[in-house]
Amino acid sequence: MSIIAKIEKEQSKTTLPDFRAGDTLKVHTRVVEGDKERIQIFQGIVIGRKGSGLNQAFTVRKISYGEGVERVFPLHTPKISKIEVIRQGKVRRARLHYLRSRKGKSAILVKELAD
Amino acid sequence: MSIGLIGKKLGMTQIYVNDAAIAVTVIDVKDNQVVQVKTADKDGYSGVQIGYDDKKESRLSKPALGHFKKHSASPKYAVQEFRAAEADIPASGTVLGAERFEVGQYVDVIGVTKGRGFSGVLKRYNFKGQPASHGSMMHRRTGSIGCRLTPGLVWKNQKMPGRHGFDQRTVQNLKVIQSRPEDGVLLISGAIPGPNGAYVVVRPSKKKSVVKK
Repeated sequence: MSIIAKIEKEQSKTTLPDFRAGDTLKVHTRVVEGDKERIQIFQGIVIGRKGSGLNQAFTVRKISYGEGVERVFPLHTPKISKIEVIRQGKVRRARLHYLRSRKGKSAILVKELAD
Repeated sequence: MSIGLIGKKLGMTQIYVNDAAIAVTVIDVKDNQVVQVKTADKDGYSGVQIGYDDKKESRLSKPALGHFKKHSASPKYAVQEFRAAEADIPASGTVLGAERFEVGQYVDVIGVTKGRGFSGVLKRYNFKGQPASHGSMMHRRTGSIGCRLTPGLVWKNQKMPGRHGFDQRTVQNLKVIQSRPEDGVLLISGAIPGPNGAYVVVRPSKKKSVVKK
């Protein structure tokens, strides 16, 4: 194993849940306010993953007070303390950018995996 | 003046320090060896010659091999001299590595930039170029290089196309993020000159010597 691969492996998280576009996640992020630290949860639908290895990131979209909000998280950042998969979605695309033009009921991925 | 090391640029990656990602360059500095010690009595100044990257004996000329043998060092591809006080110089044959640099220290890295061949002024000097369309038939050209009868010549150092890159450059005051003697590598914040696999010189910074923990 090359040294760079070894360094990147050390930086990577070992326990990450399997998730893909369409899944609903709860992302627990550590927020530092002054000298206090608390956990903030961002819940939404994964609309895509990009990059590879240590550089991988994913985008989570949610509707907050009627306004669409998207956040991009680096997968291996220590600022994320936990990722919870709430629900698996059934979608036929790797990138769900079409959700941006959907509003209301049509923006909900109703098809859950039957298991 | 202090002793630096010769290394090989392995590539770049990122490291999380205090929750923030820092771009680092990985430099291999394994098995640097002191070849020749120069003393004021013998050579008129005190310094040290350091070698890096083992070379097969069959690839050396007899005189070069003799030089390494004389100082009980193994043959090396890259050899570099550093000025240093005689008290600081280890005996010839001593193996040096990443442990010479500590985390938080600032270093200068000297390397040869990537060669770009014969390049135009847009790439070489960041000229703006001319309009791409609207009937413009001049796109990436130099433009005017002077005036008329006064001064009647083209000034010296006028920027024109030519060989670009493959110049020695020093990047100063880069921070050591990690020093890993067990892997023989240094992780240095930021970018350094040259392609991956190129030889570089890492030395303690000339301008910034503070070690911050």
